[in-house]
Amino acid sequence: MTQRIEAAALVDREAGIIARDIFVNEEVYQQELKQVFGRAWLLVGHESQIPNPYDYFVSRMGEESVIMTRDKAGQIHVFLNTCPHRGMKVCRYDQGNARVFTCPYHAWSFSVDGNLTTKPGGLVGVPQYKAVYRDDLDKSKWGLVSVAQMTIYKGSIWASWDPDAPDFETYLGDMKFYLDAVLDHRDGRPGGSEVIGGIQKWKVPSNWKFGAENFIGDLYHITSHRSVDMVSIGPSGQGRRDAPTGDKANRKPPPPFGSIGFPNHGHGLIGTLPFYAEPDYIPSFTLTPEVEEYYREVYHRRVENLGDKARGLAPVGTIFPNCSFHGMQPRALFTWHPNGPREMEMWKWYLVDADAPAEVKNVLRHYYLRYAGPAGLTEQDDMENWNYATAASAGAEAGRYPYNYQMGLGYEEPAPDLKNAVFTGPVTEQNQRIFYGRWAEFMDADGWADLHPGDSGNFAALMARRKS
Amino acid sequence: MSAAEQPMDARIEALLLQREIEAFYYREAELLDDRRFEEWLDLLTEDIVYFMPLRRNVKYGQHSEHENTRQGLDAAWFDEGKHTLTQRVAQIATGIHWAEEPLSRVRHLVTNVQVRDVDDAKPGMRELDVRSRFLVYRNRVEEETDIFVGQRTDRLRCEDGAWKVARREILLDQSTLLAKNLTVFF
Repeated sequence: MTQRIEAAALVDREAGIIARDIFVNEEVYQQELKQVFGRAWLLVGHESQIPNPYDYFVSRMGEESVIMTRDKAGQIHVFLNTCPHRGMKVCRYDQGNARVFTCPYHAWSFSVDGNLTTKPGGLVGVPQYKAVYRDDLDKSKWGLVSVAQMTIYKGSIWASWDPDAPDFETYLGDMKFYLDAVLDHRDGRPGGSEVIGGIQKWKVPSNWKFGAENFIGDLYHITSHRSVDMVSIGPSGQGRRDAPTGDKANRKPPPPFGSIGFPNHGHGLIGTLPFYAEPDYIPSFTLTPEVEEYYREVYHRRVENLGDKARGLAPVGTIFPNCSFHGMQPRALFTWHPNGPREMEMWKWYLVDADAPAEVKNVLRHYYLRYAGPAGLTEQDDMENWNYATAASAGAEAGRYPYNYQMGLGYEEPAPDLKNAVFTGPVTEQNQRIFYGRWAEFMDADGWADLHPGDSGNFAALMARRKS
Repeated sequence: MSAAEQPMDARIEALLLQREIEAFYYREAELLDDRRFEEWLDLLTEDIVYFMPLRRNVKYGQHSEHENTRQGLDAAWFDEGKHTLTQRVAQIATGIHWAEEPLSRVRHLVTNVQVRDVDDAKPGMRELDVRSRFLVYRNRVEEETDIFVGQRTDRLRCEDGAWKVARREILLDQSTLLAKNLTVFF
């Protein structure tokens, strides 16, 4: 076995100190492709992108290209997009509809359904099979490589290369509660979201982890967005989004809001703790009466649909390792694909309630586009920060000085009503420490057995280290 | 009828119009490259549609239907009006919009200007369909350099004797965007 870099020596979560090397070192990067991206559950796409049999969407898992498709019976499959014969991509379109993928190089062809002798993705066509292979090739062994595990969660499609990975819900832990908050209908019904057509994809000269850690819980950086707050792109004409919690004196107090982290799993978000009754309605989208009316109506349905059940708000968070979300305004799922240590490719899926009126979807879409993505007034400034933070991580001298992740260290509280979760005020680096702590465990583990999917013990250890 | 067969005054009129539109585009590029963004906004009608779709790789035969995302329905790089464009300009002027602070060095090269249709249906409100190509060069901070190449299809409207852009559809010839952001105007 090749010598691995010991990530625990680079990430000191107890002291809140992390080496710059994890953002620029080529060996670290190669190791995380295998140890992190080769093991974790990764977001691949959304069912609404491939509604019909044989629809496909070409996605990514880590550096790899994958084809997400639907067979005749409606079953979804995720295949590695490479011919097992000589490697050529069997599909170089971004999306489409195909029963069979034929490799452009030697024309081996692979059926989405498979046939009597092969599985889905199976090799069904080999030119001159009798003449040159003399009928002597075990086609059943040379189909497209399938992911080891795949699951559909409320429309979102996830996959893992590792057969030993725990099932997706175990992988999420109670973070599931917040993924629900992203994917559920705004009126509280389970699921019910769809993706707006067109996935934004763009390259950023930044290590992928800068994006993941920003979204997992960096509220400290909002000072960086002052310029967009000054020009007020928000749906009610103030700031960059409508305030998620009320601040008017005559309203019920808003649910507790802060950083919520899952040390056993590596996930985290900024949002509310679970709460059991809707807070007072706060008008949003007030510049567009039709949309404001929709959200008012949805609020009342939500009160009815959820009753006294637990619910939460998840404005921003990260599901370990590289899927982040905006769960409220603007509403989206995105991935930080690794493209070498110093570059990532960002992909963004914008979400709306599938049954919302067209005008509502249109206003939301306009808002999403002016907020987010490479042309978004808010996110442009994020990418500038990550770009230069990556570059600055590389200097031989600078590299001797690790980064400080000590904010709120030792002041984490157990989060009420969530299993193995911690909660601190909104501005803290609690979730970043959780993220990198889990990342280091993945980097150093020999397999899922070492990662203790049921209970890695990190929560208990973190509680034992509390200062308060 | 080929151009050579048209009456001389029609040919001269077309030539003058071509010259006038080219001059309009050069002036527009000059304002953008000189960072006179507020003056650039004055060249846009109040109801402008400013649209840059995402581009997809699709199979032969599906380009007209699926290559570009649809205005008004799908995700895009830009799909907005004057209000948002004005906010973009105001954000740069805050001096703390870090993606454009310090300001980039940008040059717009506009070529292949083709007046495709002249619409005189509304008296005194002549409208034109004009297609052109662009090369936008951006260099910022030390060594960041981006080159954006594509096509613009404009609806130009003559308002109070001055040309303005009433609709601009920008096709950027990239599918995955190779730049970290789109802080430049096209």
